[in-house]
Amino acid sequence: MEKEQNQMNGAQALIRCLEKKGVEYIWGYSGGAAIPIFDALVDSKIKLILVRHEQGAAHMADGYARATGNPGVVLVTSGPGATNTVTGLLTAYMDSAPIIVLTGQVPTFGLGKDLFQEADVFGITAPAVKHSYLVKNGNDIPRIVEEAYHICSTGRPGPVLIDLPKDVTSGPCTADLVNVKMDLPGYRIPGAGDPEKIKEMAKALSQSKRPLILSGNGVVIAGAQEILTAFARKLGSPVVTTLLGKGGMDEMDELSLGFLGMHGTAYANKAVSGCDLIMSIGSRWDDRITPAQIERFCPEATKLHIDIDPAEINKVLVPDVSVVGDAKLVLESLIDQIQPLESEDWLAEMASNKKKFPLGYKIHGGLKAQQVLDELNNLTEGKAVVSVDVGQHQMWAAQFCKSSSARSWICSGGAGTMGFGLPAAIGAQFGRPDDLVIAIAGDGGFQMTFFELSTIMLHKLPVKILVIDNKYLGMVRQWQELFYENRQSGVDLEGNPDFVKLADAYGMQAFRIRRPADIKKVLSKALEFDGPCLIHAEVVKEDNVFPMIPAGGTVDEMILKAPTKAMAKPIGST
Amino acid sequence: MNQKDNGITHTISLLVMNKPGMLYRITMVFARRGYNIESLVVSPALDGHYSRITITAEGDPKVLEQIIKQCDKLVDVLHAEEYQDPSTIEKELALIKVKVGTGERSEVLQIVEHFKAQTVDFKDESLVIQVTGNTEKLDACVDMLRKFNLQEIVRTGKVLMRRGLQAT
Repeated sequence: MEKEQNQMNGAQALIRCLEKKGVEYIWGYSGGAAIPIFDALVDSKIKLILVRHEQGAAHMADGYARATGNPGVVLVTSGPGATNTVTGLLTAYMDSAPIIVLTGQVPTFGLGKDLFQEADVFGITAPAVKHSYLVKNGNDIPRIVEEAYHICSTGRPGPVLIDLPKDVTSGPCTADLVNVKMDLPGYRIPGAGDPEKIKEMAKALSQSKRPLILSGNGVVIAGAQEILTAFARKLGSPVVTTLLGKGGMDEMDELSLGFLGMHGTAYANKAVSGCDLIMSIGSRWDDRITPAQIERFCPEATKLHIDIDPAEINKVLVPDVSVVGDAKLVLESLIDQIQPLESEDWLAEMASNKKKFPLGYKIHGGLKAQQVLDELNNLTEGKAVVSVDVGQHQMWAAQFCKSSSARSWICSGGAGTMGFGLPAAIGAQFGRPDDLVIAIAGDGGFQMTFFELSTIMLHKLPVKILVIDNKYLGMVRQWQELFYENRQSGVDLEGNPDFVKLADAYGMQAFRIRRPADIKKVLSKALEFDGPCLIHAEVVKEDNVFPMIPAGGTVDEMILKAPTKAMAKPIGST
Repeated sequence: MNQKDNGITHTISLLVMNKPGMLYRITMVFARRGYNIESLVVSPALDGHYSRITITAEGDPKVLEQIIKQCDKLVDVLHAEEYQDPSTIEKELALIKVKVGTGERSEVLQIVEHFKAQTVDFKDESLVIQVTGNTEKLDACVDMLRKFNLQEIVRTGKVLMRRGLQAT
């Protein structure tokens, strides 16, 4: 067998191992403790993308990972370089995105001695990673890279961090880079699921007349879109998705009811309250979709749960039947054991609810974000990769930008990280150079990471950026209006720059939308523009996202439009 | 399981990789959920590649289920399981330092004998008693000695092993 005898240092071995795994890009920011690794990159075919802030690097790797399914790799230095990735780690961790973060570290002899730019990175990041390593021996590098790649991308994916002391990356690595053995006796990847449980699930399904499939991010990750669609059709069941599950089934499909939850479609939420069986596939019954008093969550319905993570079973609710396994593999064996249900009446009711309670907005009274997003969706026909930030625009985008395929909706759901949308779109564009990638951000979130416009310009990425600017932190303002007697506090973003001029300062083409009549014309121009551009939509200041289920409430508490009287403070978290 | 305050004391046994940072990852799972660890024992397993950890903790069983699953999910944990008598042998050891005058010494030694304990340090004014057994026995022994002038108690925390040939 080939044995790659090497005269390498640890950093060179590290980069060589990453090349072998097929890594195309590393998003990074240099610094003292990481210089040996940056040095090794000079001779590598891996393309180093120098970002403007480490948080951006982490979100770019995350966006790349979500858009392609392949791990995204980040390289930063020790101390503040590493701590700046913590938000990115948490974001990836909460949404099960596979990223590998390489952090430079002070030499091993200095660990714990408060050397310049030292931080306990292992300790600081431990709660926000799937796994992590502090490398103390250069010869462990090939094994650790192999393991990190495997761990981050299999089972329930998640971030893995490798902390690399400078003497380890500068010192020799004589280990074999070809025949690398992993040592992971404690790591198990659930597969096809327990056949007995699957049989039990099929039996439970056969009893239902009003079934509902709740499709989560697990379906997207498992690549189960086709089998899910076939399964729903055979069973005769409507499908709701979680926010992250968007695209797990084509939202234009007649069985799709869009996304459910706090700001989900009314017809998705009504399906939850009307079903006699709810089957979650790769969703974790998150608090954005279930009430604080979980026993009030469709109390009459049979609950089925398929998840690759055993810790998700019984975490929020105790299902009647559960299967631990990969969404795709479980559905593949389950589909042969089900019969079409007599659900015609139920499906008819769902179709009628779609007509009765459509998503809507008033087109008079200034420029509405919803209209901008609706028009954008008409122009892209659900074919674009949409990466959103966090807040009102995120919810409106989720409502109006339909996803026709998996991995085309990129959104920080679990962590709700502002500043995510733009860098994630950049990562997605790197991963899918031929697809239309649109970043949608509010004025708040955009200003948290806008300096990555440089990264876009430098690499000539044709990302389209839509800034929905209401000069407010609109979601919090909405809460203050509805639940805090409109006592506004910490939400006014008066003082925003002119985003068109800002783009111009980076040499980026920019467009402005001020009137509803301009929407279509400007969006078309921007989408046709060859290269990156920014669209600044100056929308009305005070508008609210509806439908809305106050946090912790049940579907029955859903409000479809602005209430006329004061509302009680919600019982759920934020 | 012992009823204690509002919670219930649980014993969890883990087989883990013998690596730096392992204990940190495990205790973090407890701390994040506000679950206090009562006792914790770590030692190398028969194969020094692995370690055995025995943890006793007190609290809501529903939270504990989540904690065990989250521990089990950690990459370097081979298994994490809650054990209950009578499937296991559970033992711990306590060292108890008592200040004794001549008048009290014989009564203390009677207690030592009753609990099949040992005096491991014998001084003019003090005794150090070593007692082994299950938690209840140790609690009872300590309670009996409370009327004397107790100076210090150090307990190892519980270790457990499955009976018969089944692996723990």
